[in-house]
Amino acid sequence: MEIHRQENCIELSELDPFLAELLRQIPESTETEGAEGAHQRLFSSPAPASEREICAEWKLYVEPELRRLFQSATETVTSDLRQLNGSTKPFANCTLRIPTDNAESWLNALNQARLVIASKYNFTDAELCDHYRSPIGSRRDLGLFQVNFYGFLQEFILQELHL
Amino acid sequence: MATVAPGNRLKRERFVVMHSSFGSSVENPVIEQETRAAEEIDLPWQVVVHNDPVNLMSYVTMVFQKVFGLPREKAEKHMLEVHQLGRSILWSGMRERAELYVQQLHGYLLLATIERAN
Repeated sequence: MEIHRQENCIELSELDPFLAELLRQIPESTETEGAEGAHQRLFSSPAPASEREICAEWKLYVEPELRRLFQSATETVTSDLRQLNGSTKPFANCTLRIPTDNAESWLNALNQARLVIASKYNFTDAELCDHYRSPIGSRRDLGLFQVNFYGFLQEFILQELHL
Repeated sequence: MATVAPGNRLKRERFVVMHSSFGSSVENPVIEQETRAAEEIDLPWQVVVHNDPVNLMSYVTMVFQKVFGLPREKAEKHMLEVHQLGRSILWSGMRERAELYVQQLHGYLLLATIERAN
């Protein structure tokens, strides 16, 4: 994979089918259905439990707003990822261009995905810091690879756009 | 600053000086009693950001710069405080503003809470 900053976009070229598939899985990875811990992480408490009034109002008024924000970011990413569906050859490398205007949505969706995956697999701090773990031998290993790969993309977007 | 239990009302005395139309002498000063809701003279609230092993350090720094308008060095200082000490107080002041900051931080998926200042 090669990654470059172009004038109005970030270009990920020479994407092999494996990395392209990981990118396709970003929207799906943000889903928290059936994973209460992941849902609680995305919609964390705004105050200590003793502040019942604040927490109750938050659930009523703020959480729906946050849900819309997260959903909007994921939809933008889903739309950009449609570029990966154009290849006629099933195992050909492909290119993805992320418009700079969508960079914040990408950062948000990547963060959602990383938090949800990390919560589902309950990764330890040591595992999350082990960026060179290989090979991928289980679904859990793949999850950790996803978290690191999405983190790498976040770092690149941040660096390139000086956000 | 005194601690006020929620719902209590504080009484504050105010002197109103009645001026004579023909001079500056003070006649029969009237003492009015005024009540103010406890919320109006609220204790400050703090915006606290908590450590999270998943969020990237560079990402957290960027969020602090965006939400609080901090210069990079100061944003990094707070980020390191979160990373090393587990939490950092980013702002303190009125509750409504603190809630707004926490809402923005949650929008960026940071672990943030609003807490009463001690």
